[in-house]
Amino acid sequence: MSATLKPYLSAVRHTLTAAMCLEDFSSQRVERHNKPEVEVRSNKELLLTPVVISRNDKERVLIESSINSVRISISVKQADEIEKILCKKFMRFMMMRAENFIVLRRKPVDGYDISFLITNFHTEQMYKHKLVDFVINFMEEIDKEISEMKLAVNARARIVSEEFLKRF
Amino acid sequence: MSVQYRFGTTIAPITCHAWNKNKNQIAISPNNQEVHIYEKSGSEWKIIDNLSQHDLRVLGIDWAPNTNRIVTCSADRNAYVWNQDSNKKWKPTLVLLRINRAATCVKWSPDENKFAVGSGARLVSVCYFESENDWWVSKHIKKPLRSTVTTLDWHPNNSLLVVGSTDFKVRVFSAHIKDIEKNPEPTPWGSKTTLGTLLAEFSNSGGSSGGGWVQSVSFSPDGNKICWVAHDSTINVADASTGNATFKLRTEFLPFMSCTWITNNSIVAAGHSCIPVLFHHTENGLVYSAKLDTSQKKESGGLSAMKMFHSLDKQARSESSDTSIHSIHQNAITCICLYSGTKSNCMKFSTSGLDGLLVIWDINSLERAIQGLKII
Repeated sequence: MSATLKPYLSAVRHTLTAAMCLEDFSSQRVERHNKPEVEVRSNKELLLTPVVISRNDKERVLIESSINSVRISISVKQADEIEKILCKKFMRFMMMRAENFIVLRRKPVDGYDISFLITNFHTEQMYKHKLVDFVINFMEEIDKEISEMKLAVNARARIVSEEFLKRF
Repeated sequence: MSVQYRFGTTIAPITCHAWNKNKNQIAISPNNQEVHIYEKSGSEWKIIDNLSQHDLRVLGIDWAPNTNRIVTCSADRNAYVWNQDSNKKWKPTLVLLRINRAATCVKWSPDENKFAVGSGARLVSVCYFESENDWWVSKHIKKPLRSTVTTLDWHPNNSLLVVGSTDFKVRVFSAHIKDIEKNPEPTPWGSKTTLGTLLAEFSNSGGSSGGGWVQSVSFSPDGNKICWVAHDSTINVADASTGNATFKLRTEFLPFMSCTWITNNSIVAAGHSCIPVLFHHTENGLVYSAKLDTSQKKESGGLSAMKMFHSLDKQARSESSDTSIHSIHQNAITCICLYSGTKSNCMKFSTSGLDGLLVIWDINSLERAIQGLKII
């Protein structure tokens, strides 16, 4: 783990632990409804101040919290064109299957690559500290995954071009 | 030190719980529209009744010890008063709350002739029994509530109400109903008795230092002090006998969800940190005393390398899947109730939370077991 990754992840972990103190809250706008306040944003007293934690200008996390839900948006490192395409395709793949990931949002927040929406119903079903672990683990793995895919793409490109150039 | 119970086989969260007078029966809501009544037989809890009248999640239960009535309120905007008929079955009576949002919290008054229901419609309904029409009617306290009422508590004199809400304010109202009771003695909070008079207002947001939703409020046993806990991880006490002086203590814990006085100077609070914490109020302010949960992390047997191979073998991953945390409750505590004794000399209290566990804490044995712990 590089020198800046550890403090970055530990800052995200502590912020998430504090932000994920959720409770059941019925809508005070619409009767008999229960909506994530961070999404409907109907009452500003129910929203907390959003926090951005950034490691550098590319990699950052936005944590928006409210009384019954928290939205976590992650921007992943994209150094070159290949990484950009890989990231886009990979996120699209996952967000198309958002219901299997339970806490994944179908569309990222503007300016970010992927968003999670965690509500009080999730913290009731799952351990909170494990949800935090999941997000941290996701952030660790996603960089690794994209660099691995990039290596694989480059290796394949080299083999393909070698095969192609053999003919001349 | 503490006894743990689990009700039924489900691990659903317990939204709230309430005890009967003899503490051999408990009403709990398993995070849905039902209320289950369990009775203790030996060391087992047996379900004896299922109160299913609500059609959305039940948010508040209170059991009047002397008149033996249960009041429940729910997100479906209704409240029911349950009476036991001759066959020991509970029968509901609808309360005319006249609200159009969720009813979030409910509490019987000390004399048990009325109760208060807080709601998301930014008002408090004070309900009493009108014998000529044979139903429960309500009067509203509206102003100046600006957001959902999350919590309320009665003054021991049966006529004052403290209300906490998500607009970061704690307010003391007069909830005296002149149709059914005579005028109360004046208190340090004020002498006006008209229903809905605002006697005191405390803000939980201190200028630039932020603030938070008020999660729980409690009147002290003598009625002169209130304490409240809020989402900014603070615990606060306001004292009417010294001109509404307030003390705020910022804590290192995650926000508290519930608090209660256990003597006239000691408060127990619990919440997202999953442990109950004891605080003392002295004339100099509010001090942290101790965590009441001293459980250590259980070391599961076997060497760490062996454990690693076990989990690799079973789950195909190298880190062990140890999901437990260092406390008895494994998820946020949402409700504290007194189990034996009163607010002025509580002997035992019970906590329940999102992990579906109910724990009864014995204060005397905790006092002996935890070094330096003293209840004043």
